[in-house]
Amino acid sequence: MLPIQTALPLCEMLAGDVFFPQQASTIAPGVDKLFYFIFWVCVFFFVLVVGFMTAFLLKYRRKENFDASGPTHNTLLEATWSVLPFFIVCYMFYEGVIGYMDLRSAPESAYEIKVRAKKWAWEFTYPNGYSTNELHVPPNSPVSLLMQSDDVLHSLFIPAFRVKMDVVPGRYTKLWFDATVPGKYDLECTEYCGEKHSEMLAIVTVHNDRSEFDAWLAKASDVFGPVDRGEKTLAQVGSELALRKGCGQCHSIDPQKSKKTGPAWWGIFGEDHQFVDGTSAKVDENYIRESVLKPTAKVVKGYGGNMPSFAGQLKDREIDALIEYIKTLK
Amino acid sequence: MATVAEPMLAHKHEPEENYLTCSSGFLSWAMTLDHKRIGVMYLFAVTASMLLGGVFALLVRIELLTPDKTLMDHNTYNHMFTLHGAVMVFLFIIPSIPAALGNFILPVMLGAKDVAFPRLNLASFYLWVAGAIFFLMAIAMGSLDTGWTFYTPYSSSVISGSQAGGIVAAVFGAFILGFSSIFTGLNFIVTVHTLRPPGMTWFRMPLFLWALYATSVIQLLATPVLGITLLLLILERTLGIGVFDPALGGDPVLFQHFFWFYSHPAVYIMILPAMGIISELIATFSRRHIFGYRFIAYSSIAIALLGFLVWGHHMFTSGQSPLATVIFSALTFTVSIPSAIKVFNWLATMYKGSISLATPMLYAQSFIFLFTIGGLTGLFLGTLAVDIHLHDTYFVVAHFHYVMMGGTLIAFLGGMYYWWPKITGKMYNELWGAIGCLMVFVGFNLTFFPQFMLGSQGMPRRYYTYLPHFQGYHVISTIGALVLGTGIGVALATLLWSLWTGRKAPANPWGGVTLEWTCSSPPPLANFEKTPTVGDPYDMEQVKWDAKTESWIPRPVSERTGNSASH
Repeated sequence: MLPIQTALPLCEMLAGDVFFPQQASTIAPGVDKLFYFIFWVCVFFFVLVVGFMTAFLLKYRRKENFDASGPTHNTLLEATWSVLPFFIVCYMFYEGVIGYMDLRSAPESAYEIKVRAKKWAWEFTYPNGYSTNELHVPPNSPVSLLMQSDDVLHSLFIPAFRVKMDVVPGRYTKLWFDATVPGKYDLECTEYCGEKHSEMLAIVTVHNDRSEFDAWLAKASDVFGPVDRGEKTLAQVGSELALRKGCGQCHSIDPQKSKKTGPAWWGIFGEDHQFVDGTSAKVDENYIRESVLKPTAKVVKGYGGNMPSFAGQLKDREIDALIEYIKTLK
Repeated sequence: MATVAEPMLAHKHEPEENYLTCSSGFLSWAMTLDHKRIGVMYLFAVTASMLLGGVFALLVRIELLTPDKTLMDHNTYNHMFTLHGAVMVFLFIIPSIPAALGNFILPVMLGAKDVAFPRLNLASFYLWVAGAIFFLMAIAMGSLDTGWTFYTPYSSSVISGSQAGGIVAAVFGAFILGFSSIFTGLNFIVTVHTLRPPGMTWFRMPLFLWALYATSVIQLLATPVLGITLLLLILERTLGIGVFDPALGGDPVLFQHFFWFYSHPAVYIMILPAMGIISELIATFSRRHIFGYRFIAYSSIAIALLGFLVWGHHMFTSGQSPLATVIFSALTFTVSIPSAIKVFNWLATMYKGSISLATPMLYAQSFIFLFTIGGLTGLFLGTLAVDIHLHDTYFVVAHFHYVMMGGTLIAFLGGMYYWWPKITGKMYNELWGAIGCLMVFVGFNLTFFPQFMLGSQGMPRRYYTYLPHFQGYHVISTIGALVLGTGIGVALATLLWSLWTGRKAPANPWGGVTLEWTCSSPPPLANFEKTPTVGDPYDMEQVKWDAKTESWIPRPVSERTGNSASH
């Protein structure tokens, strides 16, 4: 069973470029080209080394001749193989620096999206203040990400764009790209950040054109509009919020109350909670509000108190929506 | 040449006692000041650590067989890869060649009776043991999950009681191991400076000694920085003094600078002695004077010095300034040149040789193959624009395993096979030695080559779960790891088996002309009855094959042509 399951993705992979995923940004073709230049230089030297090694092994294999003699040094030869690689690596260095400067210098006109990384979710905030766990960008225009971390080191990596930058607590870091091909791409955390490092993923959506992107943003930002118009309940908005804010990374919502980093939400409203300091309290509106804004005030017994605060990130009405949503989980 | 008579003598009258039989009992080992016994104890200890680290590696690989859970949960997986890295780096690779093989071979090869400070030598072994105990404590607490790099603020923010304890125990363990490493380095430097016998000028030293000397310099200069860094980390964790944690007013990138200021030179602590062993193996088994002796010797020193200036290449995406990044990239490329020089010199040494494919030489050939791949793939990572994409992916994992494992571990096994007859007095089975080497070679490539493609396709390091389209390469890699693990098992079992069944080793089974082959196998307690005098360490004409005793014996001066050592 296993070989069949695995053979298919492998074939798909080999059918494309052996080394790279799709090229979907302006800098990707240049990076790949430089990679393949180095690749062929490496192939040349590898074949040279292993070729000579094999030839010498075959030709000079010990038979009857238990003694051998040959040159012990040759200054010209040694100088040549010291200096020649020097020129090749100088060229690699030069090309690498040029490409790197492009990667690190965002155009002035870039569309700025703020990124907040926390264990183990991404939050992208658009210029109008709307924030979500998905990165949406317009095509063929520079986008820059201004990134900060709430807790430990993270790193934002979009393989299809060939960009990566660490997200460091206590300072801002920046990254930019210009996406060329509409579609959906993976975004991964590449700096180890604890238990669910490997699940700190997000989807990047490159829209077909600028107006489609603007329309998406306008619709998505209108969080409470559908509630005011009576199209959705507050609890439905709460469930979407929970998804966008990455609550589900740590809080399960299934009736089996599967254990994650934080307490499960199913049937939680109205329950009595025991805390690590020995006290207890009933889960009500005020308790949930406090847990969102000051998560370490009451840590449930058996849990580590890992949750970052959402003070300043969730508005009152959003907290209302979350509370309504949690009430429905039973 | 005055040396000729003595080895002949050694052949005729094997000394009654050697270092293994001269005394017995637990204390005769535990309190020994003999560098050979300390070397054997190290050999046993680091090999056990390698097996422990190997078990963690296999568990990691088996977990990665499927994209989701295979065997263990998130946290267990994070402990496993952390312990694999920490045990392999701190307990195995760093002490492997210098402390185990180096301790045994350096004084004998130099023509000395022991290292300069035998008591310090024993102390460094016990520091290693103490450090290892702290590591085992961290494992027993089951809570070390920071990665072997202990990056802040993840490692400095106290999360819960036992987790905090585990990290402090492991960090303190690494701190103590650092002192063990410093003592060994100091000891070797003083030994090489002061205990060389008459005639052993710097440029008559075998290249393994040059390599160990260069390594010792790094150990002495770089390790204290690690010690200070780890101490600061412990202070931050226990007393809440802000150094690295931004929540306390510290800077997490500073930790990376401090950490790599040691840990990058540490990469050369790992690879330089391995290169030294390969120089010995290629010369001996090709029956040729090493090609370009001075270039190889100088390149060891060049690597040791340049190795101090390139730590920033671990931090190209960390947020360090672009100017620093560009400078570190340039410096990184300069290290590639001396490494390339060595590979070319080894090939030239084989030219017109009389090449024997005994097991140590098989390992030496594997080393050239694997290290070439490891070194060349470093070029991708030194090139800034390309590194940004490859940084912290499996490409990096593959690259450093090709260098550390394909380099250091392979050379360690080659060195073990080479000096095994000298250390134990027993010959191993050549067929099984070759089978083990072949399995290691095939298993290694199966395990790590697919990881280059995984990485460039965008698979990050230290991932417990992964996107389904990466599975194909992961399956190949896991199968390779099982072959590799079995191969290492066969290689070690072949050596152990020889203790019972191996034929008695002659003084010089390979035709080596460095001084360790002039004393009996195993050597007597004092190594040499008289201080030996020394000629060219690669003048292969000094010995000839003797079919009767199936060993190499000194060649009388009258039979020598003087060609092989011509300059």
